[in-house]
Parts: sequence; C-alpha cells; structure tokens
Amino acid sequence: MENILELNGVTKRYGDFSLQVDLSLKRGYIMGFLGPNGAGKSTTIRLIMGLVRKDGGRIRLFGLDLDTHEREIKERIGFVFDQNYFYEELTAEEMKNTIRPFYSRWDESLFRKYAKQFDLPLNKPIKQLSKGMKTKFSLAVALSHDAELLIMDEPTSGLDPLIRSEILDILQEIIQDENKSVFFSTHITSDLDQIADFITILHQGRVLLNSTKDELMERYCIVKGSRDKLDRMQQAGLIGYKENRYGFEGLARDRKAVYQLFGDSVVIEKPTLEDLMLHTIRGGKETACIG
Amino acid sequence: MNIILSNVSDDPIYLQIVNQIKEQIITGQLTDDDPLPSIRNLARELNISVITTKRAYEELERDGFIITVAGKGTYVAPVNREMLREGKLKMIEDKIAEAVRTAKHLGLTLDELQEMLRLLYEE
Repeated sequence: MENILELNGVTKRYGDFSLQVDLSLKRGYIMGFLGPNGAGKSTTIRLIMGLVRKDGGRIRLFGLDLDTHEREIKERIGFVFDQNYFYEELTAEEMKNTIRPFYSRWDESLFRKYAKQFDLPLNKPIKQLSKGMKTKFSLAVALSHDAELLIMDEPTSGLDPLIRSEILDILQEIIQDENKSVFFSTHITSDLDQIADFITILHQGRVLLNSTKDELMERYCIVKGSRDKLDRMQQAGLIGYKENRYGFEGLARDRKAVYQLFGDSVVIEKPTLEDLMLHTIRGGKETACIG
Repeated sequence: MNIILSNVSDDPIYLQIVNQIKEQIITGQLTDDDPLPSIRNLARELNISVITTKRAYEELERDGFIITVAGKGTYVAPVNREMLREGKLKMIEDKIAEAVRTAKHLGLTLDELQEMLRLLYEE
C-alpha cells in the first residue's frame, strides 16, 4: 500500500531560514513531529496543507501529487491547529455550517455524535469557549468528513491533562481501521511518549532523527555516572550531557555499548522523548549552576 | 490474559509482553487455541504503539508460542507437551536455586532446608 504522506527533498527558504525535509508515513499509524520552536514544524505543515508553496521537492498525499490534486487531497485531510481559524462572533453551530459545504463527505450525524461526546456548547459564540473547547470543536469538525489523514499542529498546548488524555485516546481509536493516520506536531513530548508509532525530530530546518519510537527508546539511553567516566563515555557515543559537582547525566546513542563499557558502575535508564529532544538539540556540554 | 507493563523496567515494552505471554502459556493460564487480541486491539488496550505489539507477536510466533491464521486471528499454538514440561521444570529449578541462595545467606544447613521442604511438601 502506498504511503499516506510523502515528502521527498522538500525545500523552502525564508530569508536566512531554510527547510529541507524528507519523511513518509504509512496508513494506520501515528507520527509525532517534534522540535523546538522555530525548527520549521509549522512551515512543514503549511507546505503539506498547500498553504505555502514549496521551493523544491515533491509532496504526495494518498498517492497523489499535491501540485496537481490539491482540491481532492484537501477533502481527505482533517486538520486541527493551535491558532484556530474560526470567526469568533459565530456560534460553533454557525461556524460548522460555514465549513461543511467544503466537504463532499460531510457526515452531520457524526459531527453531532462528537459534539455530544465532547459536551460542545454549539450555540455559544466561539469567543466564549475555553481553549480546550475550541480544540475539541476543531477536532469534531476534522473527524466529521471521513478524513483519512489527521494533521495536527500543536493541538494540545494549553490544554489540561484530562482533555489531552481524551484527545490522545481518540487519536488511537482513529487509527484502529488501519486506514487512517495521524500526523501530530508538538513540543509537548509526553503526549507522544506513549501513543506515537513513528517520531521525526526537526531542528533548524533539518530532520535530526527519524525512526520508530520503539527503536529510539531502545537504542538511546540516559546514562548517569561519576565525572571521571566522562572521557570514556565520549567513546561510547555520548550525545549531550549535563554535569554538576557530583556527577553527570547524559544521552548516549548506543545502550548496549554503554553497558558493555561500564556495566553496573553507571545508571542506565530509558530515555523519554523529552530527553531525546533536549540532548540531541542542545548537544555538547553544559554545566548546571549549583550555588 | 494479564499484561502488566512497567515504564521503569530495564526490559523494553515488547519484551515484557513476550515474557508475560510466554509465562502464562507455560503455566497453563493460556491454553491451546485460546484466542489472543489482534495487535491493534492490544496496542489500543495497553495504550502503546502498534509497532510494539507487532514486534512482540512476531517474536512469540517465531518461538512457536502463538500462531496467526490469516483472516481469523491469533491463537495460542498447540503447545509441545515436552517443551511445557521442560519449562515448568526450569521454573522449579530457578525457584529452588533462589531458596538455596537465601538459605545459605542465612546460614541454614542442608538438613534444615530439606526439613523445610519436607514439611511444605506434606502440607
């Protein structure tokens, strides 16, 4: 089966910022797109959505080229953005009615179902809704036209853990049919720690890491030990570390090598995606300031 | 079937699943032809990536513990009786070894340990 999303050699320049991305996502999976602010995540998403023109490369969705099949592609995408695009004076019901004509596969009963599930107040002006409610409304719309690819740009930032958990649950439910996929850009890594299948980390416009989450969690590790071990640690592939007066803590790229070199004389732990991001992006040495 | 995962274990998640299912098959908690959840269902229930459950099932199938029938699902493989017995014997051996280690730490003699074993057996 073809990839549901494919970026080949896609490039974009803005003044002195340049983006170059290669990535692909199969049907039935969740990809987490991570990176610090300014890495180019939103630009990448705008490129995928056709909101911004690429300078070079190829973008394909559902096996179709974005350049020639933009309209058809957009019907099949559901998107949820951090900055919403709603007319705040309208009620959710009115806003929905403005949107639905754009989608030939709109399913009103499905929208009603989600509205009920999310407890959406459909007759209040949108500007009166909390951030969480606005996101849920976005999600309800995105899920109501049989979209195959859900693209989400920072959908959970500013939301409390309860709502985030609800949303993550829904995302996992969506991919059960092995046909739909989710592309989820965020800097809240804990959301993806559990449910992501694939991870792409973007930094300064380049893809830094791209693999299954499992592989990243197993290959990399957090190492903690006494400072006299730092020199030898560099040989075991230490990517970034923090040092304090009493020891160091760092990210190593080869758990097995670390264990072979140091055995039980160091503490080896599974990394979180946050660890991965922090260390691969900062890289190099840092010294914690202790009084 | 029970699967209890630890985020702080040294074992990767897929391996925890493999070990727990193997154990339940060996102890007979899961028996021949018992249906297992699909890899997607399992991932959903446990809130983990489907890639993880897929890998766990692949290993279990490779080791002969489960089989996947196209279009029907995944089942516990008819277990080799010999292998099952071997597995259980190994379990007993491991537990006795641990008891012996602890006993030695405590300074128990072989006679004292055997006495304990006899009393427990006759319970």
